[in-house]
Amino acid sequence: MSMPETAATPPATGAVREITFGQAIREALAEEMRRDPRVFIIGEDVAEAGTPFKVLSGLVEEFGRERVIDSPISEAGITGLATGAAMTGMRPVVDIMFGDFLTLAMDQIANQAAKVHYMSGGKLKVPLVVRTTLGATRRSAAQHSQSLHAWVSHVPGLKVALPSTPYDAKGLLKSAIRDDSPVVFFEDKMMYTMRGGVPAEEYTIPLGVAEVKRPGGDITIVATSSMVHVALAAAEALAAEGISAEVVDPRTTMPLDTETIIESARKTGRAMVVDEGYERYGVTAEIAAVIAEGAFQYLDAPVRRLGAMHVPIPFSPVLEDLTVPTPETVAATARALCGRA
Amino acid sequence: MAKARGSRVQRPTPAREHEVLASVPRDQWLAVYTQMLTIRVFEEHVHDLWRRGKMPGLAHLYIGQEAVAVGVCQALRPDDYITSTHRGHGHCLAKGAAADRMFAELLGKAAGYCRGKGGSMHIADPETGNLGANAIVAGSAGIATGAALSAKMRGSAQVAACFFGEGALGQGVLYEAMNMAALWKLPVIYVCENNLYNEYTHYAETTAGEMAARSAAFAISTTEVDGQDVRAVYAAAHAAVQRARQGGGPTFLLCHTYRFHGHHVGDVDRSYYRSKEEEQQWRSGRDPLRILADWLRAQGTAQPDDFERIERSVRALVEAAVQFALSAPYPEASEVHQDVYA
Repeated sequence: MSMPETAATPPATGAVREITFGQAIREALAEEMRRDPRVFIIGEDVAEAGTPFKVLSGLVEEFGRERVIDSPISEAGITGLATGAAMTGMRPVVDIMFGDFLTLAMDQIANQAAKVHYMSGGKLKVPLVVRTTLGATRRSAAQHSQSLHAWVSHVPGLKVALPSTPYDAKGLLKSAIRDDSPVVFFEDKMMYTMRGGVPAEEYTIPLGVAEVKRPGGDITIVATSSMVHVALAAAEALAAEGISAEVVDPRTTMPLDTETIIESARKTGRAMVVDEGYERYGVTAEIAAVIAEGAFQYLDAPVRRLGAMHVPIPFSPVLEDLTVPTPETVAATARALCGRA
Repeated sequence: MAKARGSRVQRPTPAREHEVLASVPRDQWLAVYTQMLTIRVFEEHVHDLWRRGKMPGLAHLYIGQEAVAVGVCQALRPDDYITSTHRGHGHCLAKGAAADRMFAELLGKAAGYCRGKGGSMHIADPETGNLGANAIVAGSAGIATGAALSAKMRGSAQVAACFFGEGALGQGVLYEAMNMAALWKLPVIYVCENNLYNEYTHYAETTAGEMAARSAAFAISTTEVDGQDVRAVYAAAHAAVQRARQGGGPTFLLCHTYRFHGHHVGDVDRSYYRSKEEEQQWRSGRDPLRILADWLRAQGTAQPDDFERIERSVRALVEAAVQFALSAPYPEASEVHQDVYA
């Protein structure tokens, strides 16, 4: 793994616009569809509706219904069709509206798309992107709120991206579409309206390169997707108390930039991992193990982790807000690790 | 995408079938016989290798069903696609795979089609249009339909044939794929090989209603054929391929056939799910090789000498393929990490 090639903010050269996370996704798709006629989109309500999140609005007008295909409500079927199309010369982008619905497509993703290349001795390729969502606190209850990226990160053959900014979303999605392996791409549905700087000029971000979102010297907070912003808010609060937190965003869980994560933990001597997936048997456990194995002798405290509570996501806002890490819980954990509790 | 028009369950019309069959040179049926015999002898050697402890794992023999794979693949172009199943050796051979590299794959050798990483249930050979055998029942319904979608989008006029057993009728993803194939008139042929048994259970215990009514519900053109008669399978497949290539959409080809052996090579005691008498009736009265051989003799296309000559050459080829695989090297340990990602 190499060091981050990009800074936390877009390069100063060239024009930079403020656009939303959703617009960044749409721009990446439009640019790749203009660039490569093999790229097409298939999913439920992706054409005129532009998805319930309106992320794809306008694409059908430019590319037509042959390339922005409204499908039946058949997650397994469309993922299977896209896998077959990918094996035979196309580069499909499947839209799975809610990450919770990955369960319906799991055989196609985990047993078919993930394994075709290896099982065929490298002869068949599956250049497939499955775009889906994660994230709770939208008051959508237990079947529309989960963050299931650990499930697919567990399966060899799949790459998994979780952008946390409009800039990362655009650059990573373009790389995912150009990748010859299947990539599952998670977008936090609460972030679609978040704004951020995105260069007018074309760029890509390689899969497998973490980024230090905020440099610091006292503690490393590895955070993914939505939790990057929770970690940054916590870091801001901690700074006022004299604790300097470094926030590292892996940006992809597979490949995982273990080098950047370990280097940061060795530097600060304290580390915690924050992720919106279920904490048990999850991404936090994997990254905590990476840190323990790679930086143990540099650590002044055990690695801590914060993920979603081990309960189905409840509907009641009062209950739901308890299930995911917040700036307050992250800061409290960091304080404890730094001996300031 | 445009919706397809309705259709009904049908058998090939005798006149149309006769016309298609009459257009095939008689010598061609000798080649068809040779291919079916190659599958038969290939599978006999698989069985033998397993019994002698030379083959790791298990294998699901295609013996008894040869007419389906050969009849369908005979109607396909070299660049048309197939997807196959756990009982897939016959499909691979019929689409043009070489016996030596198939045996090498079955033995886990580096010379195998998948460098030994796939094995009996996962042989893929893109050069002959084979997108791979699948060990998930109905697991390739999406892939085959997606290959058809891709062919349509690329304007390549390719067709995809999706082989599966009647056990796959229990899987929902098949119906999701069939629905889209019908909606978008995709060039895919769903070849359902009804060999009567979902593993160790008769289909009557697992399958409500009529098999052919399933595809008819999607307004997919549906044809039922005697899967032991390669000429009938070919005629039906030929019509389905033509329709698919001309933009007429999918076909459901229901082939009635029989698995002469057990579910897999180790399925020896079968008395709890089917009788020896039933097996004997199919073997002696409904053997697809004998049905074609009888026809060839009746037509005067082949003499006893011809059959002996064909059998000698097929056995020599398959035996050489086995020897090739037995003496081929295993993959290097370093290959275990290769090709996880493209």
